[in-house]
Amino acid sequence: MLKDITLGQYFPGKSPIHRMDPRTKLILTVVYIVALFIANNWFSYLAMMTFLVLCIRISTIPLKSIVRGMKPLVFILLFTAILNLFYTDGGVVLVRLGSLAITTEGLKRAFFMIWRILMLISGTFLLTYTTSPISLTDGLESLLNPLKKLRVPVHELAMMMSIALRFIPTLIEETDKIMNAQKARGADFENGSIIQRAKALVPVLVPLFISAFRRADELATAMECRCYQGGEGRTKMKLLRFSRVDLQAFSVCACLVAGVITLAAFGL
Amino acid sequence: MNLEPILQVKDLNYIYSVGTPFEHKALENVNFTLNRGEFVGVIGHTGSGKSTLMQQLNGLLKPTSGQVLLDGVDIWSDKKITRQARFRVGLVFQYPEYQLFEETVYRDISFGPKNMGLSQEEIDRRVREAAGFVGISQKQLQMSPFDLSGGQKRRVAIAGVIAMEPEVLILDEPTAGLDPIGRAEILSNIESYRKAKNATIMMVSHSMEDVAKMTDRLLVLYGSRLAMDAPPSEVFTHAQELVDMGLNIPQVTQVFLQLKQLGLDVENVYTIDQAVAALLQLKGGKIRA
Repeated sequence: MLKDITLGQYFPGKSPIHRMDPRTKLILTVVYIVALFIANNWFSYLAMMTFLVLCIRISTIPLKSIVRGMKPLVFILLFTAILNLFYTDGGVVLVRLGSLAITTEGLKRAFFMIWRILMLISGTFLLTYTTSPISLTDGLESLLNPLKKLRVPVHELAMMMSIALRFIPTLIEETDKIMNAQKARGADFENGSIIQRAKALVPVLVPLFISAFRRADELATAMECRCYQGGEGRTKMKLLRFSRVDLQAFSVCACLVAGVITLAAFGL
Repeated sequence: MNLEPILQVKDLNYIYSVGTPFEHKALENVNFTLNRGEFVGVIGHTGSGKSTLMQQLNGLLKPTSGQVLLDGVDIWSDKKITRQARFRVGLVFQYPEYQLFEETVYRDISFGPKNMGLSQEEIDRRVREAAGFVGISQKQLQMSPFDLSGGQKRRVAIAGVIAMEPEVLILDEPTAGLDPIGRAEILSNIESYRKAKNATIMMVSHSMEDVAKMTDRLLVLYGSRLAMDAPPSEVFTHAQELVDMGLNIPQVTQVFLQLKQLGLDVENVYTIDQAVAALLQLKGGKIRA
């Protein structure tokens, strides 16, 4: 049950997208999102869609995994669709339910909104699927480096992020184990009222917190034993370096953005 | 000992994550019977299916096919029976001290009996009796479980399962990570519970010395199948097979196998007591070497 969570899981691979510098991927993901919000009509949407499909094909990530990752978001998608469907004025009225009306404009808005969110999520999934958490935080740290001048603890933030990412699967496994142990003592997580079920979680949460603190403590000791003292003077085993692939990716994205802006501006 | 079956496993198969790319067989055609009052050891290399098997026996995992029968009744035949199976077959996981959560030792041990819906007096009796089995004092019952030592925490956690008075008590490496004194204490606690309640014990262990000393019978799991089901004396005669399965034989047995190769007349030695007896016998008479 808990093992089904795939959000942000890394799929190792050797595709050009995997080989890209994490900084490139981070910047281009932002660019992609911006382009997605500039797009406002059929043609610009299709251009974005083509780009996304191509990227997924190049990355060799199975489409199935991307679709599976979206399952938890079905509710948000439906919610957005319904809001847009009913609260958009203009166009021809199709169905009327009391004071609510579905118009052609609303239908169009809802459709485009869902399409946009789906593309937004698939695009960001592509980033986390093709980039290991470590290189992701490395890239983030390097991009945020200028903020150090403003005394923002960039290295510490990046370290916290990578530790948090590292421990998600560990804690999921731990939760599973503790739940089983308490079930073996007759704990019941599936039946009863909401309050009873919330109470039933106490025997899981207390040991889980204790173990999380214990792990944090052990990790801190282990880091100190290896003379960790923050980012000061720390060198990297894998230096981030822009390569040909990155240049190509930047050019392709520049073309895409230019194209989308043109399509959007001319209202084609 | 007259053998009265309590838990039967029939043609048990279990496959993890059926229908996904991560599908893999954890148990294949496992058959065995546990009898009342028996002390059974389970040995097997990491990943041989020991932990999966344990979770089948009290209904935490549902078999893909096959049956688990408790007193002849399939534990999955009815929801109530499944829940009863949780109480009748007590399961102590690896490092059970990490499941402690209550403010006092007393309240933690009473968690299981409370879930069974017993009366207050009965819960109290069971908690005190369980604490007695594992050597937790009256004073310690009122302490926070987090103020105890590692070995004491482990014993409190075991008491938490014993307090349900299960007819079958299954333990996954109850002595892992303890010092020799802690190990001996836990093993004798388990043994005293077995004697007092005529309970069946099933113990997963990596210590060949422990299983050789404690158990009447050994189940050997290898590659998700039951490879052997025999008394320790018999299992340990298959030394080479065990080594091939990534297992071992007790150190004292290794020594005596060497002695036998040197021409000494020694057979079936797998505990220290047997070794002493064998050596005394040798000293008393015929030394051929």
